[in-house]
Amino acid sequence: MMANHHDHSHGHDHHEEHEQLKVLGFWIFVVTDCILFGTLFATYAVMMHSFAGGPTGKELFELPGIIASTFILLTSSFTSGLAVLAMNKGKVKELIAWLAVTAVLGLAFVVLEVNEFTHLMHEGATMATSGFWSAFFTLVGTHGLHVSVGLFWMVALMMQLKRRGINAVTRRKVTNLSLYWHFLDVVWIFLFTVVYLMGVM
Amino acid sequence: MSGGKMLRQIHFWILAALTTVLLSGCGSEYLVLNPKGPVAETQYNLIIISTILCAVIIVPVLALTAFIVYRYRDKPDNKAPYKPEWAHNSVLEAIWWGIPVVIIAILGYFTVRDTYVLKESPNKEVAPMTVQVTALDWKWMFTYPEQNIATVNYLEIPVGVPVHFQISAEAPMNSFWVPSLGGQVYAMAGMATELYLQADEPGEFAGFSSNFSGEKFAHMQFKVVAKPQEEFNKWVSEVKGTSPAMTKEDYNELKKPGLAEEKLYSAFPEGLFEEIVQKYGHGHDMDHVMQKQPAPTGDKSKETSQLPPTDMSNMPGMDHSSMKH
Amino acid sequence: MWEDIKDFASTFFVTGDPLIYGADVSIVLTMLAIVFVLTKYKKWGWLWREWLTTVDHKRIGIMYLIASLLMLFRGGVDALLMRLQLAFPNLEFLHADHYNAIFTTHGTIMILFMAMPMMFGLFNMVVPLQIGARDVAYPFLNALSFWLFFLGAMLFNLSFVIGGSPDAGWLSYPPLSQNDFSPGPGQNFWIWGIQISGIGSLATGINFIVTILKMRAPGMTLSKMPLFSWSVLSSSIMIIFAFPILTITIALLFLDRFAGAHFFTMDGGGNPMMYLNLIWMWGHPEVYIVVVPAFGIFSEVVATFSRKRIFGYKSMVWALMAIAIASFFTWAHHFFTMGTSASVIAFFAISTMVIAIPTGVKVFNWLFTMFRGRISFKQPMLWTIAFIPCFLVGGATGVMLAVAPADYQYHNSYFLIAHFHQVLIGGVVFGYLAGIYYWWPKLFGFKLDEKLGRWGFWFWNIGFYICFMPQYALGFMGMTRRYYTYGWDRGWEDLNLVSTVGAFMMGIGFIFQVWQITYSIKHGERDTTGDPWDARTLEWSIPSPAPFYNFAVVPNVKDSDDWWATKQAKANGTYKEEPVHLEPIHMPKNSGIPIIMSTFWFLIGFGFTFGWVWMAVVGFIGVAVCMWVRSFQYDTDYYVPVDEVRRTEASLGRVL
Repeated sequence: MMANHHDHSHGHDHHEEHEQLKVLGFWIFVVTDCILFGTLFATYAVMMHSFAGGPTGKELFELPGIIASTFILLTSSFTSGLAVLAMNKGKVKELIAWLAVTAVLGLAFVVLEVNEFTHLMHEGATMATSGFWSAFFTLVGTHGLHVSVGLFWMVALMMQLKRRGINAVTRRKVTNLSLYWHFLDVVWIFLFTVVYLMGVM
Repeated sequence: MSGGKMLRQIHFWILAALTTVLLSGCGSEYLVLNPKGPVAETQYNLIIISTILCAVIIVPVLALTAFIVYRYRDKPDNKAPYKPEWAHNSVLEAIWWGIPVVIIAILGYFTVRDTYVLKESPNKEVAPMTVQVTALDWKWMFTYPEQNIATVNYLEIPVGVPVHFQISAEAPMNSFWVPSLGGQVYAMAGMATELYLQADEPGEFAGFSSNFSGEKFAHMQFKVVAKPQEEFNKWVSEVKGTSPAMTKEDYNELKKPGLAEEKLYSAFPEGLFEEIVQKYGHGHDMDHVMQKQPAPTGDKSKETSQLPPTDMSNMPGMDHSSMKH
Repeated sequence: MWEDIKDFASTFFVTGDPLIYGADVSIVLTMLAIVFVLTKYKKWGWLWREWLTTVDHKRIGIMYLIASLLMLFRGGVDALLMRLQLAFPNLEFLHADHYNAIFTTHGTIMILFMAMPMMFGLFNMVVPLQIGARDVAYPFLNALSFWLFFLGAMLFNLSFVIGGSPDAGWLSYPPLSQNDFSPGPGQNFWIWGIQISGIGSLATGINFIVTILKMRAPGMTLSKMPLFSWSVLSSSIMIIFAFPILTITIALLFLDRFAGAHFFTMDGGGNPMMYLNLIWMWGHPEVYIVVVPAFGIFSEVVATFSRKRIFGYKSMVWALMAIAIASFFTWAHHFFTMGTSASVIAFFAISTMVIAIPTGVKVFNWLFTMFRGRISFKQPMLWTIAFIPCFLVGGATGVMLAVAPADYQYHNSYFLIAHFHQVLIGGVVFGYLAGIYYWWPKLFGFKLDEKLGRWGFWFWNIGFYICFMPQYALGFMGMTRRYYTYGWDRGWEDLNLVSTVGAFMMGIGFIFQVWQITYSIKHGERDTTGDPWDARTLEWSIPSPAPFYNFAVVPNVKDSDDWWATKQAKANGTYKEEPVHLEPIHMPKNSGIPIIMSTFWFLIGFGFTFGWVWMAVVGFIGVAVCMWVRSFQYDTDYYVPVDEVRRTEASLGRVL
């Protein structure tokens, strides 16, 4: 980074380098998020049978809806991958379009989750019902919150892409966002298995 | 500052440590160092062993520190060698990776051995007597299922008989501790922990709660009296003859937050302790808590960071079925 | 109406204790004085531009340092109040509830709002300079971390005058910390103060890992990186693994209190023991998070003041990393007495003892760095030499505590109190003080006065042993921690009185240090060389105080003690002058968003503390808006032209 560069080359150079740093930092953030979810999963495992006389998951879970939202989220992970491919080809419109599809699918997932939660509450399962339901709502809700934050971020990013096109900064942001999105997908697969599948078995 | 001052400082703390150790040899107020029963005795021996093993390292290292600091001080006329680039020596480093390993291995052996020993009754020849201990907001209730009597803040036990304590709570977490007889164990709602203690000689011992449980916690102390078996039996029949019986209402009154005097009861509601334990049983089927099942043996610590979820039931305190002998 | 207001005020403000009225008055007076001075000298703009919005790691470091010294004062006063209450049996100086609040805030503040920020202050002040970088990897995030810490700490301290202090112990074990037993906002202050500053700590951990891995000067391979930076890496790795656990744990505790959840409650299937496990999965690594950087400081100081290369560099690095890993496998030794199975206890007992091995190795390496060196007893070195015996004894009692069956007798007694104060004061505080004395000239351009510093040093040290040695003995007498009083019948009174005397001596030591700082600002020896200690690493190759861009030219590193090697080469005449080629320097722009966003976090915390959801909602919206605005900012950095660099260097006495 020293002597042999000329002044005008710096802007570009530093930007690339800086954006690379931010990708690494984001990976480390994802590691911390893994631990965060790991802790919640562990809590859930401890609380798995603490129904305290209240309803069990087996009684209230409605698997078809959950399977539907699982497919929606998996598809959105795929479309976010398509967005990255579009970015690598330098097609900004295609990129925004795929991000939009991803966001719509994400939104659908969140809506379904809210629906599910309202349904459960009507059936008499709330945060305060028992240790099991506390752990359930916290674990699933934290994931839903992550997806919602991702949506918020996605909207901001689409606006920036529209305004500025693909450059070092937006490229890094799309990369991080898609990493985040895939990560949430992986968490959901564990969640689906541990909470729902094992819950109804 | 001169090296001399440094030496003086080091001297000072050696003296301080020695004074502490010497003091502790005598005074009867050093409860832990004057064991009155086999459990406290085992623990006392461990304290001595670990102190000696630590001293084996510390004392020479302290002497070495004093020597080095003095000898290599920056004085113009200092004749000691000065080798600013000497920064590595595999033999030396191997030695000091090795020494702590050896010490820890020896200490580890004693630790593991006695950890298992203390889970069992200290006296295999005499059948243990059971006492149930309940920590309440800021008092201790003792129920004697075999004698069917109950006491508050006062515990009487026969000399030479191992006492099997089952300990629970209907209050925030406390810790049941009689230092003269042996170390403590937590008293937690929804669980029954276990502890064996035995007094080898008659006497009166101090009992403490050693886990902070709120406003009047400092006063949550109790008296332990050890008597020969016949006198203990006499005391039991006295209590049966003269004291009132504890009713459910009495217990509900007793568990309200506040302090209590020493109390004696000639009887207590049947199954009171079991009821207290089950009341907060983590929503599990509580039968297995009260039964004596062998604990799960898988006790490897697991990393919390990993997905999929770790099975916390193997974590300390998570194994509700660890009520075993 | 008036009655309502009076009613509200009497529950909102803490009332009824002269100590607190005194504090109220002094807080108000101090605030007024600050406002007055800032207005009179027209310094508001300066404060905003130069400090509140700064992203310069050195200034952030200084702000951390100031905040942590204030917190040390508060935590220290708490300690002295406790020691006063325990000086004699049956004293009625403090009531039980007041005493309980004080030991709770003492512990929380000393670990989370004193040790952590002082550590982050040192990270910030030193790491970029030591590895030849111009700032940390994410300067904006760094500022955000600081303000999150600061406003979290302020929120926590507010409990002293508003709403009531937490009083369930520094780790707030449930069920005691649940609504049933601790109603009111005190516990919520604890939760949100820690939660908000904890997010900042996590971000700092990420920041420094990336800084150290990616921003080292060319030539500085990891195997040539100074040991302090290694220790920061080790500590940061522990932070990113431990802090998410804390975040979740206290979030769950909050859900229990706020939403009626049943994670740690006695009823409804809750499991208080789960809290103990979780909190110590963070809590134990936390202890190593704060002590490992102190080890790094000692390594730098010992080498510099023995005028000798650090002994066993590789061993030192391995030991640091071994400690980081092992620290995650020992948490259950904090509750050996919970009656779990023998094999669990045995595992954690052994894993705990194992930590003594790398730690012991470090002590030997420090000793052999001094061996065949030339030791000069400057202030940083004094604290380091005092650290060795103190930490040896503290470490040994730690090994004794790890002997699980014996721990049944030590647990929660004053033996334990003496042990952890010995490692935390003897290790962490002595270490950070050594670091502050060592790097002070680099940050401020002058040395701290030697004579006053020595008074402070001896008062601290002698006071320490007088305070804590008797506590080991008290533990053997059965004295339990957190007793607010005791009777004459136990024989505890003599040693308690001695201990109180020692505590006050440490207090006097602290006063000497405050005096030392204020005195030295005017009269301290100025450092014109940039290298006042004849030291070894890169930070000493630049002027003191360091210019805002740190290095006019990023150095090419060839040796693990690069600056020392350069000086040697110059002395031998073998030094080859490289042609200096100045370039425009890329620097981040200041930003007001960190402090604004942290203020919104403060609102979230304050709102939830009192159950005012509307305020929390305002806070969340504010945070979201701040993030949105920041995301749309693309013009976040600038270039310092060559001319300005040349002028700055010339003004610092360096001709390029």
